[in-house]
Amino acid sequence: MAETSTGYIKHHLQNLQVCSTDAGWAFNTAENPTLCAGNFMTFNVDTLGFSVVLGLIFLWIFRRSAKKATTGVPGKFQCFIELIIDFVDSNVKDTFHGKNKLIAPLGLTIFAWVYLMNLMDLIPVDWIPGLAHAMGVPYLKIVPSTDVNITFAMSISVFILIIYYSIKVKGIGGFTKELTMNPFNHWAAIPINLVLEGAALLAKPISLSLRLFGNMYAGELIFILIALMGWYQLPLHFGWALLHLLVIFLQAFIFMMLTVVYLSLAHEDH
Amino acid sequence: MDFNATLFGQTIAMIFFVWFTMKYIWPLLDTAITERQEKIADGLAAADRSQHDLELAQKKAAETMREAKEKAAELLDQAKKRHAEIVDSAKDDARTEAEKIIAGANAEIEQEVHRAREELRKQVSVLAVAGAEKILQRNIDASAQADILDSLVAEL
Repeated sequence: MAETSTGYIKHHLQNLQVCSTDAGWAFNTAENPTLCAGNFMTFNVDTLGFSVVLGLIFLWIFRRSAKKATTGVPGKFQCFIELIIDFVDSNVKDTFHGKNKLIAPLGLTIFAWVYLMNLMDLIPVDWIPGLAHAMGVPYLKIVPSTDVNITFAMSISVFILIIYYSIKVKGIGGFTKELTMNPFNHWAAIPINLVLEGAALLAKPISLSLRLFGNMYAGELIFILIALMGWYQLPLHFGWALLHLLVIFLQAFIFMMLTVVYLSLAHEDH
Repeated sequence: MDFNATLFGQTIAMIFFVWFTMKYIWPLLDTAITERQEKIADGLAAADRSQHDLELAQKKAAETMREAKEKAAELLDQAKKRHAEIVDSAKDDARTEAEKIIAGANAEIEQEVHRAREELRKQVSVLAVAGAEKILQRNIDASAQADILDSLVAEL
């Protein structure tokens, strides 16, 4: 990979994609990296693939523990899993006071999954793409949460749940009233209210996904920049990785927490 | 950084993962944790209860011990009393027995003395008669003076 710095960075930020072209489904290649640019029928194979694999790893670990879960003295592995469960459960219980079978498992899935996706950021940036390159795969982005599609897909799912529970709990009338009669409770203020409340509502999924995406993308970019520095990268890389360890956890936690907060707001009837 | 169909792929994956967690992971672990919490709470309550029981048992044991000591002291007292009584009665018995023996011995001695005296009297009377015979050898008839001799013997 003897290229310029720009080429190196561009290479690292390029997804491996497959898209539907006139000549059928095709991968982008080293010769034509932007084959799929602007084509909506494109799948980012690398980020989506890693995302699914990490999700399956999460399910496998937790399912294994759940099957072996004993009410007696737990093993160390079970203790660890239960620690995570309890962490999520207590946060959900602190925030959400209704009865809902979905929110706690949703919180757990989001927390563990986002954490695992962020964790890929700590693998040195050249290892897996280098390995893939040696095997003939031109591009490989391994951190799913640096792909805006991944984070938006999750936040839009949460957004749909917000809408669903708002309507389920408050009814269509109640939800409409919330959007039109707040913050100014007068019929003449309905347009202003709609704009304000609509913006507030839409800001929820956008901020949720952009926060995670922005943090992880910036972190990844700095890792790439550090990797450009030759031998000086070692101490810098170590320091940034140490800091990033906090960011990884924090972003996963924030995503889970805000999901729970938004859903509990959706359940609240004013 | 374009938006593309990855969105749908990720959404489907998310729906599946959340559903799986909700169905096959969360309930099992949550139940396990809740049940263990109950078990621990029960265990702690049982420990408290047995502590209480232990205190009661100790109290009871102390009381039984005290009662036993009292009873033992009482028995000891009775035994001492009884011992004194037995010793006393034995002394009394011994004294009466001794007195009886002494009385028997005295009576025997008395009898012996009496007999010896009788013997002596007879012999003295014989001796006196013999002496008188010798002194009054001549014409003194023993039988004629028998009444005198008898009175003499009685005086001895």
